[in-house]
Amino acid sequence: MKRQWYAAPYALWMLLFTLVPLLFVAYYAFTDGSGGFSTDNILRIFQPGYLPVLLDSLRLSLYCTLICLLIGYPTAYFLASRDFSENKMLVVLILLPMWMNFLLRTYAMMTILENNGLINMLLEKLGLDKVQFIGTEGAVLLGMVYNFLPFMVLPVYTALKKLDARVIEAAEDLGANPLRVITRVIVPQSIPGVISGVTMVFMPAVTTFAITRLLSNGMIYLMGDMIEEFFITVNNRNAGSALSLVMLALVLISTLLLRLVNPDTREGRA
Amino acid sequence: MIRKSRGAARVLKGSYLALVLAFLYLPILVMFALSFNESVSRASWTGFTLDWYVQLFHDQNIINALKVTLEVAVIATAASVVIGTLGAIGMYCMKQGWFNLMAVLSNIPMTMPDMVTGVSLMLMFVFVKVPLGKATMIMAHIAFDIPYVLLSVLPRLQMMNPNIYEAALDLGCKPRQALTKAIVPEIAPGIVTGGLLAFTMSLDDFVISYFTSNTDQNLAMIVYSAARLGVKPTMYALSALMFVCILALLLIVNRRSGLEIL
Repeated sequence: MKRQWYAAPYALWMLLFTLVPLLFVAYYAFTDGSGGFSTDNILRIFQPGYLPVLLDSLRLSLYCTLICLLIGYPTAYFLASRDFSENKMLVVLILLPMWMNFLLRTYAMMTILENNGLINMLLEKLGLDKVQFIGTEGAVLLGMVYNFLPFMVLPVYTALKKLDARVIEAAEDLGANPLRVITRVIVPQSIPGVISGVTMVFMPAVTTFAITRLLSNGMIYLMGDMIEEFFITVNNRNAGSALSLVMLALVLISTLLLRLVNPDTREGRA
Repeated sequence: MIRKSRGAARVLKGSYLALVLAFLYLPILVMFALSFNESVSRASWTGFTLDWYVQLFHDQNIINALKVTLEVAVIATAASVVIGTLGAIGMYCMKQGWFNLMAVLSNIPMTMPDMVTGVSLMLMFVFVKVPLGKATMIMAHIAFDIPYVLLSVLPRLQMMNPNIYEAALDLGCKPRQALTKAIVPEIAPGIVTGGLLAFTMSLDDFVISYFTSNTDQNLAMIVYSAARLGVKPTMYALSALMFVCILALLLIVNRRSGLEIL
């Protein structure tokens, strides 16, 4: 079949609506309001008032990624284990939220954490004092973990699922105790999955916005919120673009770094 | 003895997974319950009511947003099914080098943060002075929907017997007929799955819509602007309905596809 040209509309659409727009981000990031070349907007992020926001974003994203790994790895491990591998529905249920609107899920989380929410209601029933969750860093972190956990489970689960059961049996036959099987066989084999899980959680975490707004009433302010503000409220496209570019760079750098330590891509297998 | 400890391990693993499930679904279930609660305050359960759902359909803003959401999703799905299917057929006919280049192209929107995608499109539209509204939202949705169709159709083409097309030609089909009568039926399940996925993603989208549309709001944007002002039971009802629809669509997609996605 000679129908290569059928892909032309697709190529055109993707160029026009994904690549070209990026050029506009770069253009606005390096110009000032009047259109002249300027690096002020990029350099602005190192100024007080901006740098702390950037660092907060990075710190919370790291915490979020770590917590997701701590909760998500055992989840993926148990799901892939012999006991539950037949239960397809369980896997679907745990991974499904990944595809559901983060805003709706954050809204659901908000109803639990509110001052009149479920947790405070229970505390009151038990005769304890109410706790103000909304506005704390913990609430935002919880919201992020809640939203991004499935992104960790999926790749680790896929990696563990591919693991040959005979390799584990061989290790057992050769006298490895269960702990050694885990540390010497299972964990090393799942590293590529862990790395893509870390990438998949860290990326949306760094770009978080709205979650913070809903769960902290604006008390906590991250890079995503700052970009939103520049574009929607303040209408400073140059500053917003510069920050978006920094955000994109952060995402790309972390993805590349993670790819470098990934044994799978390093040996050119993936 | 060994069997016993394996049983215990199973219970332990099961309880851990149950906890994770509870963590993921409890907030959603609470929201469902509250959408049927008579009392405006969330603090107490005063009785079952469907009032919030009724109110939902008397709210002109929400009706408008529903229309926008559906219109955008339907148009974006239709366009992305056509462009994506043609794209997959085109890519299938390409030499390896070009194929790889196109595959990279389809990965860009999936690896780029939504926020950057939204912001970049907004800048382009503003620059060429297209007013941000339904039309720009549709263009943006088509862009992020196409890869879903492409990635559902392409595996079907690759699984297909490559001789089918030649056979159809040998049996007297014109090239166009061979395409519509031999190839398209082969890849139809992939097209339907891709279309369903695109439709779901379109219904589900908040971030990209938020940045690419000013005048027209979709349902997710309504939830966001309402949530910023505090919680309202009608929003619980709206969110609950959206959850059910998206969940149903996702389960259908999952059932249909032998894809790696789920």
